[in-house]
Amino acid sequence: MSHSPSAALPVGHYAYDDVDRTFLKQRVAQFKDQVERRLSGALTEEEFKPLRLMNGLYLQLHAYMLRVAIPYGVLDAKQMRTLAHIARTYDRDYGHFTTRQNIQFNWIRLEDTPEILNVLADTDMHAIQTSGNCIRNVTADQFAGAAADEVLDPRVYAEILRQWSTLHPEFTFLPRKFKIAISGSQQDRVAARFHDIGLISREGENGRPVFEVFVGGGLGRTPIIGVRLRDDLPEEDLIAYLEAVLRVYNAHGRRDNIYKARIKILVQALGTEEFLNQVNAEFAAMDRARYRLPESTVEAIRARFGAPDFAPAGNAAEKLAAQRKADRAFDAWVHTNTHPHKQSGYCSITISCKPAGGIPGDVTSAQMDLLADLAERYSFGELRITHLQNVVLGHVRQDALYDVWQALEKNGLGEANIGFITDIVACPGLDYCALANARSIPIAQKLSSRFANADLQREIGPLRLNISGCINACGHHHAGHIGILGVDKRGEEAFQITLGGSAGDGDASIGQILGSAMSEDETVDAIARIIDTYLSRRTAGERFIETCRRLGTAPFKDAAYATA
Amino acid sequence: MPLLENGQIIQDTWQIAVEGVSLPAGDVLVPLARLSEGLGRNSDGRLGVVLSSADEVETLRDALPRLDVVALTFPVFRDGRPFTQARALREHLHFKGEIRAGGHVLPDQYEFLLRCGVTAIDLPGSSDPAVWQRAHEAFTVAYQPSILKEQAEGFAFRRRLA
Repeated sequence: MSHSPSAALPVGHYAYDDVDRTFLKQRVAQFKDQVERRLSGALTEEEFKPLRLMNGLYLQLHAYMLRVAIPYGVLDAKQMRTLAHIARTYDRDYGHFTTRQNIQFNWIRLEDTPEILNVLADTDMHAIQTSGNCIRNVTADQFAGAAADEVLDPRVYAEILRQWSTLHPEFTFLPRKFKIAISGSQQDRVAARFHDIGLISREGENGRPVFEVFVGGGLGRTPIIGVRLRDDLPEEDLIAYLEAVLRVYNAHGRRDNIYKARIKILVQALGTEEFLNQVNAEFAAMDRARYRLPESTVEAIRARFGAPDFAPAGNAAEKLAAQRKADRAFDAWVHTNTHPHKQSGYCSITISCKPAGGIPGDVTSAQMDLLADLAERYSFGELRITHLQNVVLGHVRQDALYDVWQALEKNGLGEANIGFITDIVACPGLDYCALANARSIPIAQKLSSRFANADLQREIGPLRLNISGCINACGHHHAGHIGILGVDKRGEEAFQITLGGSAGDGDASIGQILGSAMSEDETVDAIARIIDTYLSRRTAGERFIETCRRLGTAPFKDAAYATA
Repeated sequence: MPLLENGQIIQDTWQIAVEGVSLPAGDVLVPLARLSEGLGRNSDGRLGVVLSSADEVETLRDALPRLDVVALTFPVFRDGRPFTQARALREHLHFKGEIRAGGHVLPDQYEFLLRCGVTAIDLPGSSDPAVWQRAHEAFTVAYQPSILKEQAEGFAFRRRLA
């Protein structure tokens, strides 16, 4: 069974034209020139650093890391094959999907990067603003354009914001990085309240969307839940309003201390009301006509997106039901790894990049090629990377699920653990990162092995486990139901446990630290005892996070520090 | 120091006010703290003001019609406040005179500066103007409107760069 999209446009993402392609080639040439000026000494390392960062190039512990942008997490099969090619040719045959829906390659040589950027540009990809103190990749709901509960497709707006923020003349040297997320559903699947700006859209009275605007959320050293600045920002003011917020931030955000430089610190320092006053003053004074986002522009961008041409699904649902009945393992996978689709007879599937004992988010080049093949055969050539480091096929006919699952099973991608305790989010940690205090990957692997049993995971039910290797919180430990934070305890790697964090769905909260840090093995054992406590104390149907909120941290703390 | 203006290197004829010394005759740039002294000066020369990146451009609102130059200062190239200062001078205060950028500024920032309303660069001594020119010509398209009111390039917010 195969689909062919009705138009030549790629499904799910903006189609480049010649102007966009020329721009990308010019960007590659610019970076090549910058690398040459660095090598000749015309640029100092201090001067070169922010320039390379704005092309996604970091210097890590052992090598350069290149982070490639996947705008709003969507890419097509051809682009996925480009990533596989890069992994094979310029890296050690794998890549790592990140919590900003991007991919990073960990073993890159500086002198190869202009060529890699050129290869990326050949399939309309780049690494622009995947790092640096600028507006980063705009993230969106991984079920955009597919979810049954969707109000509007956020990707069109994410693309508008991507274009607007690309090499923005005023906002490329901000006090610190700036992250925007947008959800097209009232179900917040993007952690909007943990972003510098979070947008949640809904339909307004005239049939055009309006946006709820949250500002000043974030994790890192100072976890803060964003405040609501606007409840009903009209579509046509979207760009003008974001300009106003960014201007206030660029002018007044702190630049004396990088740990106090995010917009959340400015919002806290001024207070919500004063910050809002300043934004409103700027918004009132600005040339609004210049920044107006007319309906025609939105529609011009929307017209560059291909849409899936759904064939009638016939008896797909009955066929799936029979297959589920016949194969218990498949049934379990369908239960955890699929999401309801607005089109009858279809669903979205989440492919787990978290195999038992594996490294969360790591995918080999062969797996990337397989994902591209599956996308082409079963999902209109479209793939999405989730902010939980998994991969989504957005539009799969229900009677194709069995074939897809079998192919995934054979290639180490068939884990039925989405939303469970082994669906771990982890930062790269001290294995790669120069900032880390502790390694995140080995403890993730131990926990993944410890809870690998499928029945046990199902018994435990929905649980978010997040691991950060240092206080910068790239693994979002504050937002995990269970969070693990790597610290340096007198020269040894150690781990603190936080409990009760949550990222979205209207109940965002920040995890509380349980107590002093423990060794890696002690931490794994402590988490096992925390889980036992939950299983014995929960009421019928109560999720882990709900039990945490009902009981508070005390019984879990007792369990964590109980000596055997 | 030489000035880069419209792709040309020109000699900077402006004098900079020296601390503790009364203002000279002729064209002079004064710091914000000496603005009223400059405005009260009894001379035919033109007046400009030098802003630090922390200064509020709004404080120039009343004086601006009598100023020919506003000079913005990058203490370090990473401090992006002068971009907002320049854009606000043009967009909010409708300043028509020269806006200079000086201090630690990189050729890689040149196009951004121009698109925010800067018209002249106070070139650091060892700068190669060819590198700046190359930076100016690096891109033929931008993805957002700017105060330069460039022509649309196709659809959406894309603008054609000269």
